Amino acid sequence: MLSPADLDTLWLTFKVASLSTFLLLLIGTPVAWWLARTQSPAKGFINALVSLPLVLPPTVLGFYLLILMGPNGALGKITNTLGLGTLSFTFAGLVIASVLYSLPFVVQPLQTAFNGIAQQTIEAAATLRASPLNTFLSVVLPLSKSGFLTAGILGFTHTVGEFGVVLMIGGNIPDKTRVVSVQIYNHVEALEYTQAHWLAGCLLAFSFSVLLVLYTVLKTPPQVQQLK
Amino acid sequence: MPTLPARFKLAFENFALDVDLQLPSTGVTVLFGPSGSGKTTLLRCIAGLEKAPVGYFEIKGQCWQDSTKKHFIPTHQRNLGYVFQEANLFPHLSVMGNLQFGVKRQTYSTVNSSDFQEIIDLLGIEHLLNRKPDRLSGGEKQRVVIARAILLKPDLLLMDEPLAALDQQRKQEILPFLIRLHQHLSIPVIYVTHSQAEVAQLADTLVVMQAGKVVAHGNLTDTFNRIDLPFAQDKGASSVWQGTLSSHETNYHLSCVAINDNALSLPLITAPIGTNLRIQIYARDVSITLAAPAATSILNILPAVVKEIKADNKGQCTVFLKVGQQTLLAHITQKSAQLLNLRPELAVYVQIKGTSLLG
Amino acid sequence: MTLKISRLALIAFGLLINSSRVTADSTLVAVASNFTKPMTEIAESFEKATGHSAKLSFGSTGKFVSQIQNGGPFEVLLAADETGPALLEKEGFVVSGTRNTYAIGKLVLWSATPGYVDAEGKILKTGSFKHIALADPKLAPYGAAAVDYLTKQGLLEKTQALMVLGENISQTQQFISTGNAELGFIALSQVIENGKIASGSGYIIPTHEYATIRQGTALLKNGAENPAAIALLAYLKSAPALAIIEKYGYDLAK
Repeated sequence: MLSPADLDTLWLTFKVASLSTFLLLLIGTPVAWWLARTQSPAKGFINALVSLPLVLPPTVLGFYLLILMGPNGALGKITNTLGLGTLSFTFAGLVIASVLYSLPFVVQPLQTAFNGIAQQTIEAAATLRASPLNTFLSVVLPLSKSGFLTAGILGFTHTVGEFGVVLMIGGNIPDKTRVVSVQIYNHVEALEYTQAHWLAGCLLAFSFSVLLVLYTVLKTPPQVQQLK
Repeated sequence: MPTLPARFKLAFENFALDVDLQLPSTGVTVLFGPSGSGKTTLLRCIAGLEKAPVGYFEIKGQCWQDSTKKHFIPTHQRNLGYVFQEANLFPHLSVMGNLQFGVKRQTYSTVNSSDFQEIIDLLGIEHLLNRKPDRLSGGEKQRVVIARAILLKPDLLLMDEPLAALDQQRKQEILPFLIRLHQHLSIPVIYVTHSQAEVAQLADTLVVMQAGKVVAHGNLTDTFNRIDLPFAQDKGASSVWQGTLSSHETNYHLSCVAINDNALSLPLITAPIGTNLRIQIYARDVSITLAAPAATSILNILPAVVKEIKADNKGQCTVFLKVGQQTLLAHITQKSAQLLNLRPELAVYVQIKGTSLLG
Repeated sequence: MTLKISRLALIAFGLLINSSRVTADSTLVAVASNFTKPMTEIAESFEKATGHSAKLSFGSTGKFVSQIQNGGPFEVLLAADETGPALLEKEGFVVSGTRNTYAIGKLVLWSATPGYVDAEGKILKTGSFKHIALADPKLAPYGAAAVDYLTKQGLLEKTQALMVLGENISQTQQFISTGNAELGFIALSQVIENGKIASGSGYIIPTHEYATIRQGTALLKNGAENPAAIALLAYLKSAPALAIIEKYGYDLAK
């Protein structure tokens, strides 16, 4: 059975993933919109930057974050000056890392959805008295509903599945940074196979049901080649 | 009559727009020219969809852009209607939802239910109101789009090749609606097309564009019939005359149309005497004789004066004539022109083999 | 003529390959993270002395044990404790009679900041640090030893909320060396050079203040027939190897 400590990691994972997904959609939407619409020469650069976590080993990101967030790192200096302390080993630090790590999984489906909306449709809304914000809310949003759903689900599940970065910057603190993927790893290392099985089973069931929803309820499943 | 000053200068990578126009504040102004001539760009500048670095536009005392004062009203705050080439209805809304999209946001005018009904009737879309756009034909979509634009009671209606994406049959389905609209609307319409047929049928004023510049601008009959414009040499070149229905010869199934001091016989027109008519005469249907032909089956023979002759390199030439106050184009062979010794100011007769009524 | 020469060459070439196979073998070794530096040095001298080579894989003892249980290809295990090898022996993964204690580990309280950790470790009682790093006590013997020490000092309660746990002792050192944790417990071997702590500041905890870290080794069934594996275990007991182990601050098993 799942121990209280295991349940804690599940609950913590849920919190990290929910908050990260919320932030990812908040940040990813304008980024994806900009990428879908811009003619700027910086587009390629930003696209590559956002997509980096797709190809980069999580340990690379974890390593840089550990350095950056540390008291001698740029980010650490800023947060220290602001009186926030360093972000490593904290819930906030974990959420920030998750956002960076899962960014392409949210930006790319959104970008694809936005690309599918013709410029003329946006212009038509403008000729019908809709302000840019109004156009976004009443035309773009409903037309890219499935893109948002895909982005949200992928962002959430990818954060749940995150391991390497958490291992490197989390410090494995119960209720703060000990998420389920790390807990499974610890169970395996401590040779607690039964508990590892329980947690791993939970994750397997969760991931499969999410993908099942994506591929059956949603008629436009995410394209693997688009994500990898 | 007040005019709408429209001045825009805009440069893209391999195209530059440079126009300075006074557009009429009533009727349909057609922007005509080959693709790439800048007519759509001009329309977009007027709408504010394109922000020309140098630009000025004013309507009904309201200035939409004045680049010298860095003044620019964004599109959504301009009281205009815009019909795009592709019928871009919002796919997530029903026809009704699409029609109400702009109305709900309109601040310049209010639309009451009788206006609504009138426009729906005018465009014949009542039976479509509950459908989603993906269940409409191309022609139906374009009618809904036009209704959506004019429901706003705009100060200016801009139409960018609204028929170009439709096949011939659909075009014929929409054109009557546009002609009705033309007679019905009191607001100025700026209509972009590269189709001569649409020009002949819809234009009151014609602006001919080429390579980003205006090459001719004036009322339809004067401008359309000019020999120096590219379409005078076209195989399908034609002249358009404005006239009034003056009498009927019902026993011959003919009607008589007065064009200034001349008269033309046309197949019977079912319309009241005094109706204003627009008649198109193809250049290939006009032949020229030096003396008035005595025995001929052709009914419409009118005295004319040759004004200009332009030869092409395929043995054909275009003759520009004056018939009273009207201008007329004729396509004849170069051999005929030589045999008749046609030259400017020569008095001749034109025989018109066929005419078509434009509504 | 040409045929003869080429045949001769072939024979010579075959001999060469054969002879190299006879004299030099290679063995795959799982090494606990704390023993990374000494083992790298020992492997070099082992290769020079015997001609065999040792391929080293570093990680936590717990991970190696579970990998070995599940068909991991390792031939020799150098664990950070003795329970890992004992468990593997009970389950039949170890060649019986080959278990041995190769070193006794020493715990150090270390900080990357010079002067931060005093010579008696009083900082633990008085310091106002935000994070103290140690290896996960459930997985790593050095982590367990650190907890044991803190418990005996009556400091567990104070430090519990400040603990950040590394997956192994190397990662724990990363947490401290990057400054993300102000101080922490690691193995002396990780920071020692020429008999003293090379950088930062540290307090070598007296060995009687925590449960002895006896590090065990064993020949695994995979390596039972491999001369290199057998030779490596023997070499670990040789004078040059013992000198290296001591040099890195380990005590030797009596």
